[in-house]
Amino acid sequence: MARDFGFLILAVLVLAATCESAVVSPVSESHRSAALELFSPADGSYGSLEETYEALKTFKVLGIEKKHDIRTSSCASVADALKSTSSALKDFVDALRVNSILKCELNSEAVRGIQSKLKDSLNGANSLIDFYYSIGGLVLLKEQISEVDVHLGDADRIFRSIKALGQSDGRWRLSSNNPESSNNAAGIALEALAGVISLATPQIDNSLITTLKNDILKLFDGIERYDDGTCYFDEKLVGARGHQSPLSSSASVVRGIAAIAAATTETLNLPGEKILGLAKFFLGVGVPGSAHDLYHQIDALSCLENIRESTPLILSLPATVISVTKKDQLKVRASTVLGSPAPTLSVRLMQIFVSGSKDASVIDQKLKFDAASGMHVLETLPKNIDVGSYIFSFEVIFHNPEHKKTYVSGGRTRVLVHITGVIKTDNAEIVILDGDRGSVETQKKLKLPGDNAVALSANHLQKLRLSFDLSTPFGNVFKPHQAFLKLRHESGVDHIFLVGNSGKKFEIILDFLGLVEKFFYLSGRYDIQLTVGDADMENSFLQPLGFVELDLPDAPEKATRPPPQAVDPYSRYGPKAEISHIFRAPEKRPAKELSLAFLGLVLVPFFGFLAGLAQLGPNLKNFPKSTVPSTFAILFHLGIAAVLALYALFWLKLDLFTTLKALGLLGMFLMFVGHKTLSHLASTSSKLKSV
Amino acid sequence: MGRSATTKDAHALFHSLRSAYAATPNHLKIIDLYILFAVATAVIQVAYMAIVGSFPFNSFLSGVLSCVGTAVLAVSLRIQVNKDNKEFKDLPPERAFADFVLCNLVLHLVIINFLG
Repeated sequence: MARDFGFLILAVLVLAATCESAVVSPVSESHRSAALELFSPADGSYGSLEETYEALKTFKVLGIEKKHDIRTSSCASVADALKSTSSALKDFVDALRVNSILKCELNSEAVRGIQSKLKDSLNGANSLIDFYYSIGGLVLLKEQISEVDVHLGDADRIFRSIKALGQSDGRWRLSSNNPESSNNAAGIALEALAGVISLATPQIDNSLITTLKNDILKLFDGIERYDDGTCYFDEKLVGARGHQSPLSSSASVVRGIAAIAAATTETLNLPGEKILGLAKFFLGVGVPGSAHDLYHQIDALSCLENIRESTPLILSLPATVISVTKKDQLKVRASTVLGSPAPTLSVRLMQIFVSGSKDASVIDQKLKFDAASGMHVLETLPKNIDVGSYIFSFEVIFHNPEHKKTYVSGGRTRVLVHITGVIKTDNAEIVILDGDRGSVETQKKLKLPGDNAVALSANHLQKLRLSFDLSTPFGNVFKPHQAFLKLRHESGVDHIFLVGNSGKKFEIILDFLGLVEKFFYLSGRYDIQLTVGDADMENSFLQPLGFVELDLPDAPEKATRPPPQAVDPYSRYGPKAEISHIFRAPEKRPAKELSLAFLGLVLVPFFGFLAGLAQLGPNLKNFPKSTVPSTFAILFHLGIAAVLALYALFWLKLDLFTTLKALGLLGMFLMFVGHKTLSHLASTSSKLKSV
Repeated sequence: MGRSATTKDAHALFHSLRSAYAATPNHLKIIDLYILFAVATAVIQVAYMAIVGSFPFNSFLSGVLSCVGTAVLAVSLRIQVNKDNKEFKDLPPERAFADFVLCNLVLHLVIINFLG
């Protein structure tokens, strides 16, 4: 028996070494304060009835007394929605949901109207959403108003029509036209089917319920999981209702399954570890940032808490860092997901694994239950546990064997725990040894951690030895993550060495003869700094120890230069060096007077042209006399002047595109006018010639 | 003796050219004057550039080329309008003038764009 048990442990060891450990905590005050903050009404109401319902449901589950008085405005909206003839099915159902929490007074005539509308829509329903809302509305009516008769005679037909939309992998489609199936739709379908089961008179055929159980198990086969056992439902495709997050899809499925579990008395044989995985998923979200997400999380957790056969139990640790020096005690709390106390049970620490290695030890120690705080306390740490990181494996043992069937605790819960403590350093000393003979030249004792300022000097033929002992509070060997010795030259070049250990004694010997080249032949003052640190060491230190004046031989020609030192990092954000731009020397420009002189000179030919023209004596005899041709002629000249003016404007300030646009218009005008003028002139001259 | 003969010949040539030129119609003389004006302006611009250097070069080019271009267009107008020119007998002078105006406008658009 013991040997089999030991063998089992060995098999679990291999698994455990690869599994991550997760700590989740149940719903707490941070959720309550987040709910109050996220669900704060604007002007006494929450906007839509859907948001009102989400807020009320969340407050109810978390046990928050409604601080905001929204009852009057919400009841008024409920009455409005139920009376209105133009409300959609969804609005009726939202109103009834709000009423189920607020319990307002309802007009019986409105109720009868609603009932007939819901029954009509149920008879005419063909998409999943229609079924869901009509059945949901009827179930809510039945709960709230007992005198209403909402029994379904043809429940079998409705059940089958909803089931017809289901797929073989356990998911559902939203309607027969839509081929995409989703987990979210599956949740909605399960809630609708649960409603049908509860409303059906006579009772639904048992065979149908059995097929439903198989569908649920198939749905669970499609669940996604992480290594640490967290499970969630995700959508592969973006459905018609937009992208559904894993939170809302998983919440929808949980609601559906909880509704089925509540509606039927048969056992569903839900997979316990997947239910626990879903609980861990919802708790692992922490405190969501949006009101909608918070509602989904809290609603799903309340469904999981009340689920009949596999209520998940959570083991949470308020503190996973235990200090040996302060004599902390490890405390474990067993509770339901909403934080309610678990049934009487005991928690046993079964195994401890050393984090990062395959070592493990079997402990099997029972934790003492402290009734005052509701915590299970590990009074003394097991014998071989010292400072370090460990994975503690806990197991829950129920006092009442019946509870094992109704609660799920997930077998072993693994938690990463850090045991920290103050590490003692003794016998610290720094010594300069003579190279050949190994005799001690200078020896200085060090106080670690503490202020030290040793002043040593050595040449390249000598060695430097630093040694110290490290031990845990229990006197055992401790190997820290970091044990470095740094020598930093006055120019800034530094060298880091690892300090090795044999048992408790840590020692490093620097033989300067071999290190001359590594030190770039730099003689001078080297500051010594020692760093000893670890995540579980409460007194990690990084300390300057003093300096050593090193005398090294001169560097030969071909020696490597020391690397350039990094600029002070803070100067990176300071102003940079001034850049002096080298501009091309500007072109030599002529003197202003010279340019002006030439401007005058250029205009001289123009005046010469005018003078010559005057001498030649041109006349305007051929200028058309009659009105129409003369107008055209004038317009022609004006057009040319306009084009030249446009060019002047173009040079002064316009750009090419505007100019081209204007030129196009002007050009067309000019063409027309010019054609008219010139053809008139041509006709007159040809008339003259013929005459 | 030889020198005076050549000068005398030069004078005679000059006079004959002058008298022949007087016979050209007025409108051709106007066009010739215009061409002279354009070329003179171009020469002055080149002289200026020779003195002060060619920066900015595009302005110099556009200035000179506008003068030269308009002179070339004027030359082609003169060729087309000249009644003694057998090749362009059937071309109405108004048409040639229209071409001259249009081409000048296009030339000056390009010049103004290139002037900068």
